Amino acid sequence: MDGSMVLPVIIFLPLVGAAAIALIAPSRSTVLKPVAVATSAATGALTLWLMAAFDKNDGDFQFTQLTEWIGSAGISWHVGVDGISLFLVVLTGVLFPLAIVACDPPHDAKAYYIWLLVLETGCLGVFLSLDLVLFFLFFEVVLIPMYFLIGSWGHENRKYAATKFFLFTMLGSALMLVGMLTLALLAKDYSDTGEITFNLIELANSAGELPTITARWIFLSFALAFAVKVPIFPVHTWLPDAHTEAPTAGSVILAGVMLKLGTYGLVRFGLYLFPEASRYFAPLLFTLGVIGILYGAVVATMQRDLKRLVAYSSVAHLGFIVLGIFSINTEGIEGGLLQMVNHGLSTGALFLLVGFIYERRHTRQISEMIGLQKAAPVLAAVFTVVMLSSVGLPGLNGFVGEFLILAGAFVAHRWWAVVAAAGVILAALYLLWAYQRVFHGTPDDANRSMPDLNWQEKLVMLPLVGLIVFLGVYPKPVIERMEPAVNALIEHMEDIEGFESPTVDDRPEGSFEDLRTLTDDYGSDEGEGH
Amino acid sequence: MLSIFAQVDIPHIEWLPLIPHVVMAGAAVVLLTIVSVAGRWLPRWFPAAWTVAAGLAVLATAIPVWIRAWQEGPHSVVAGSIGVDGFSVFIIVLLACTVVLTALVSDGFLQRESLDGPAFYVLLMLSATGGIAMASANNLIVLFLGLEILSLAVYVLVAMHLRRAESQEAGIKYFVLGAFASAFLLYGIALVYGATGSLNLIGIEGALRTNDLSDNGLLLAGMAMLLVGFGFKVAAVPFHAWTPDVYQGAPSPVVSYMAAGVKAAGFAALLRVFFAGFGEVADEWQPVIFGLAIASLAVGSLMAIVQTDVKRILAYSSISHAGFILVGVQAATHDGVASVLFYLAAYAAMAIGSFAVVTVVSGPGDEGTALDNLRGLASRRPLLAAGFTVLLLSQAGIPFTAGFWAKFEVITAAVDARSFWLAVIAMLAAVVAAFLYLRIVVAMFLDAPDPDAPRLHIPRGPALAITIVVLFTLAFGIYPEPLLSLADDAWLNLRLRAH
Repeated sequence: MDGSMVLPVIIFLPLVGAAAIALIAPSRSTVLKPVAVATSAATGALTLWLMAAFDKNDGDFQFTQLTEWIGSAGISWHVGVDGISLFLVVLTGVLFPLAIVACDPPHDAKAYYIWLLVLETGCLGVFLSLDLVLFFLFFEVVLIPMYFLIGSWGHENRKYAATKFFLFTMLGSALMLVGMLTLALLAKDYSDTGEITFNLIELANSAGELPTITARWIFLSFALAFAVKVPIFPVHTWLPDAHTEAPTAGSVILAGVMLKLGTYGLVRFGLYLFPEASRYFAPLLFTLGVIGILYGAVVATMQRDLKRLVAYSSVAHLGFIVLGIFSINTEGIEGGLLQMVNHGLSTGALFLLVGFIYERRHTRQISEMIGLQKAAPVLAAVFTVVMLSSVGLPGLNGFVGEFLILAGAFVAHRWWAVVAAAGVILAALYLLWAYQRVFHGTPDDANRSMPDLNWQEKLVMLPLVGLIVFLGVYPKPVIERMEPAVNALIEHMEDIEGFESPTVDDRPEGSFEDLRTLTDDYGSDEGEGH
Repeated sequence: MLSIFAQVDIPHIEWLPLIPHVVMAGAAVVLLTIVSVAGRWLPRWFPAAWTVAAGLAVLATAIPVWIRAWQEGPHSVVAGSIGVDGFSVFIIVLLACTVVLTALVSDGFLQRESLDGPAFYVLLMLSATGGIAMASANNLIVLFLGLEILSLAVYVLVAMHLRRAESQEAGIKYFVLGAFASAFLLYGIALVYGATGSLNLIGIEGALRTNDLSDNGLLLAGMAMLLVGFGFKVAAVPFHAWTPDVYQGAPSPVVSYMAAGVKAAGFAALLRVFFAGFGEVADEWQPVIFGLAIASLAVGSLMAIVQTDVKRILAYSSISHAGFILVGVQAATHDGVASVLFYLAAYAAMAIGSFAVVTVVSGPGDEGTALDNLRGLASRRPLLAAGFTVLLLSQAGIPFTAGFWAKFEVITAAVDARSFWLAVIAMLAAVVAAFLYLRIVVAMFLDAPDPDAPRLHIPRGPALAITIVVLFTLAFGIYPEPLLSLADDAWLNLRLRAH
């Protein structure tokens, strides 16, 4: 296959599958699921091929394709993948087929699979777009399939949750559109050609010329859109509703893939386009991240609904990722990126497990479940592994990401890292306590007869658990592919803004004193700038 | 008598640019004649088919005018009172398409309501003739004549449903308020004449260029009066009060035409007079448009939320769209004009389609326009619901619909003119408006259908119209370039030659 065609194929293959499903006659409803599984699995296989063919020493965009689309407005079809987006693409490619296999819709299977596949196209498009408008189109259009997934196949409060989800996200992106247009129109004056363009790479070079204040305003408009999507405290309130009310596959995709649209946007369009503004607003953002870690954990502890508990744990985990990204150093950003993948795997798996339990018990209330371990030992074992990954147990994937984030944050902003580390303990508290209440004890009549995982569910959990363990033991294949891109990003930021990113590597072996001087230097450097 | 005519200087008349006007008006008169002479031998669908053919003929005759405007640049004919430019041709084409689609929607409606007859179509074409005159008028009197032809026909169309009191009431209401608006407009024309000494936009523009009239009270008062008149036609706040009542009361296909055609003609006249005529004193009127835009966006979006009738919801949403279009007008740049044209085209498609769906769903008597009547439409008529959803999402400005690019262009024009806050407010209003479109989508897809609901009959005409506008919306949502460049080429400029 020609290298430049692989990304369009990856993006549009699910859409082709959706179109095929739309054409299937109602009388042949049994082939709906196989077609959906086949297309999403084929897409997943292509993303794995992409990972294998990816040049791990190249920090630049690979497999790029650039075609003019709407020439008069400077909009082009421009896609490409680098170490930052690669694993999010793979995560999307892996999670969708698993989510489709794992749960069957109770009604309207045709529309359900169409929306899921359209959603996959949208998510892949967001991660692979290198044109601001193209990115925005995909970023915004994913709302529609998710809106219908929540609204049509969700739980009791689904209409409210779907509308809230839609409006919150749209509110954020509405301002981003204004910011995006302002950026492109102002940057036109600083570009070589004098033509308007939304090309990310060209804008990244000319955006540095913008007046500082203007760039900060535009950054804020972007940051708000991504903050809603992540979600960062205090604009997170749509998340518990949407995640709780969504059908299982919807929750898996929401938590596993769609929250990453926001964090990915912060890295790709926040840090990359606005180095100065990112650094200026970093204290605000990582403080909100830390608040999110603690707030999410405390609220999760209080939940009576198991699904809502997992939803709030996402707020905490995403707080970690934001903290890592806005440490603005290699460790922090790498940790953030890795944690995006980890969170997708572990929270996706948790939502699947909660969904399996719900299908059997028709309740999500923790108080109605007890002693499930006796009734369903395999489910309990899988839940244990996934939960421990979410807690950040060494040897599982969550630990690697959180460690890198805390290392990066410690170098940049020590006390925030100290507080954030407490969040890890809280995560252990709420998850272990929930596990204890649901799985331990003697099962009562309602819980005694709960069936264990069937072969199909085991098949779905197997790759997830395998990846959780693999990334915990041997994260190198992932990190070594991310590193050149992250370094290139930091270099770009240093070029544009002329600041030195603090790194752990500069520090002499084990010297705490030197580390402190380093962070002090960084602090004073920041003070001079403003 | 004869001596008077001898003194009148009959201008040289160039017919080519006038052919669209003549075809549209002629088609109306000929239809009336044919039906009154040979009515009983003609099939029931004849008037509708005739109207569709007339609209298509106008489309065809617009092509040579466009080519001429393209080759010779914008210019005026007939003593400088008719402008030949891409702008007027764009609006003429838009109006012709509106007439074709409205005729398609009306056919089944008139049959269902037993209102068959040529009158509806004759008035529709006459009204469009007025719109064409407004879009190409370079003379304030010609413009006023066009506006009156357009309005008088619509007053009657609104009251067309003889057995519905609401329709009569809406007709009276629209007529009385519209007469006031016309009076304001005429008074404004007189004041502008007093200030500039000309009724011709070229003359006015020249007077403003050579004299500093920016604090001339007569001119300012005249411009304010003109804005009242145009604001009424395009349903901008605070001149919008009639809109919800009239939209609710008028026969649904007429509302299609009002939302798409009358609004387009109103904006065409507004741009012609203010952008082309008063362009020199743009600093004086831009703040007023700014205020009108914000008021329309806010009132339109917020008031729509509390409505329970689909026609009223769409009426308020049309007010909100008027606010959006005013954002493009406010930019007072060529890009702003192009964005307005694109928006008008995209909005015409959404509005005609949406009201066509309402026409179909409302059922006998045109009564079933409550939100509850749409409940569970997705399970009763999946394709109709899907089409309506596309149109609603386009109105909300969701990507891959023409409505997205319409908003995109308008916001680009506003940002380029450094009206950042207006752009921000417009986008916030778009989010509020998205809520009301979602309400309709929720009703169609997520609410259970009423088990007693009668089976919906979708006549072929509306089905065809809805299909066309949905395809239009999606096609230009995915690849808007042709329409964008067409709008961009549609120059509105008076400064070149005047014949």
